[in-house]
Amino acid sequence: MSEHTSATEPVLSVRGLRKVFGTQVAVDDMNFDLLPGRSLAIVGESGSGKTTVARMIVGLEKPTAGTIVACGRDRSKPARRGAERKLRGREVQIVFQDPYSSLDPRQSGADLIDEVLRVHHDHHASDRKRIVGELAEIVGLDQRQINAMPKALSGGQRQRVAIARALATDPHVLILDESVAALDVSIQAQVLNVLADIRDERGISYVLISHDLAVVRQLTEEAIVMQRGIVVEQGVTADILDDPQHAYTQMLRASVPGPGWKPQRMRERKAAADAAAEAAAS
Amino acid sequence: MSTEILDPVAEAEESAPSRRRLSRIGVIGWVSIAIIALALLLAIFGPILRPFDPNLSDLSFANVGPFGSHLLGFDGQGRDVLSRIMEGARTTVLGAGFVALIAVAIGTTLAIATAWFGGKFDASVSAGLDVLFAFPGILLAVVAAAVFGPSLLSAGLALAIAYSPYVARVLRGAALKERAMTYIAALEVQGFGAWRLCVRHLLPNISSLIVAQGTILFGFAMVDLAAISFLGLGVQSPQADWGVMVSEGKTSLLQGYPIVSLTAVLCIVAVVAAVSFLGERLDASSKDVLR
Repeated sequence: MSEHTSATEPVLSVRGLRKVFGTQVAVDDMNFDLLPGRSLAIVGESGSGKTTVARMIVGLEKPTAGTIVACGRDRSKPARRGAERKLRGREVQIVFQDPYSSLDPRQSGADLIDEVLRVHHDHHASDRKRIVGELAEIVGLDQRQINAMPKALSGGQRQRVAIARALATDPHVLILDESVAALDVSIQAQVLNVLADIRDERGISYVLISHDLAVVRQLTEEAIVMQRGIVVEQGVTADILDDPQHAYTQMLRASVPGPGWKPQRMRERKAAADAAAEAAAS
Repeated sequence: MSTEILDPVAEAEESAPSRRRLSRIGVIGWVSIAIIALALLLAIFGPILRPFDPNLSDLSFANVGPFGSHLLGFDGQGRDVLSRIMEGARTTVLGAGFVALIAVAIGTTLAIATAWFGGKFDASVSAGLDVLFAFPGILLAVVAAAVFGPSLLSAGLALAIAYSPYVARVLRGAALKERAMTYIAALEVQGFGAWRLCVRHLLPNISSLIVAQGTILFGFAMVDLAAISFLGLGVQSPQADWGVMVSEGKTSLLQGYPIVSLTAVLCIVAVVAAVSFLGERLDASSKDVLR
């Protein structure tokens, strides 16, 4: 599906990525490659720096150091020109967490996608209309829903519109920044199915940012575990979830409610994980 | 599109905001609309429709009360008050509208630019506005009159510049809030330019506040312009203007003939109250229509 990259070349490659806010190190020395059609999870608790990684990849935040290469082109520096900005928009897209602030309240899904298409291509109006219809079908919205204002849509429907918007430019990489976290469980499952189908049909790669290990297992082959900006574990998702090596990953896994779950030792576990992290750092 | 007309739900969704906005303004709202419509009609057609020459002075009619077709009587110089009110509506209403429009245009531009670019640009512009805050609008207008000569144009421009920091400050807060919404970030990632984002997405989403600011300023501008004309630094006598009429009427007032000043004051108060009321109502009802 890509003219820039061969099957073995990564669609997204991150080297030595670092972000510092004041004296706070949000992300430190992150490295990964994402192959076409594969999916990567970035896992960690709130404040571990995973969203900062997402924002740097899409260009909303400027890296302090390191390189980000998508589809063979560097995007570590802000785009200077409009053409470059649009080109980047056709490579990597993002779906945010909050479905309520991620849509312009004055624009219907159809108008939104139509505007995106107008910005990127010289399609005829009837072609744009056809693409809007196709995208609506892919994300599972009917004619009325795609033409409705965001106010008339539920959280799950809004998130479907946001996914359709992200797919409108036919990107090679889609970043899902806690994209299903705000939805209730049954809607979450529906949206995850939509995402899995899209990947199978389009060969798109996902970077899934999540704290939900069940979602991670369902959608990704590889995973990165982050704690306070540092990558503590990286590898095959199933291995990491079934046999976590790092104390922090073990703690994350043990935090998932299940039969016989006892949350009272949370603080002790966390203290142990922190001690292990400090030992590893020194 | 024919499907929209056939689909009752979609149709109701589309027309609901405007219908609700109108139905909620109540009786006072309709009275306000009537007053504003009348004021605008007078501003446009008043100088054509007025029954007599507003500047034709006949001292034998000085301070003579209403009779015949002279529905509001005569002022201290024997001029027809109704004709002067109709003639003066143009400078008074359009002058205030002009001031509000320019102030809102400057203020909105500054607000969106500072909210969008942030950083040093925001800091320096905001500091400049703080300095401008220190000058009352009337003082700036008096200075403008001293430098450029007393006229409606210099007084109006000075007022507009003096008002713009108020607009900028209020709208900057709203624009910052909107700028932080993820839909803006999502469209940035799509490669949308700053101009398109600001004009097509950010601006429409703060438009109700802009309208509200405009109406509030219109009221202020009308009162301040009248005060400036009263001081003799705006519209120049004998040209008819409601502020000038209040000023001219004060000798008659002292002689026990208050109708000239009172009529002009009532016109000013009615229009200012109507615009303020309507602006507030439109703002309040548009807030919960979309979110």
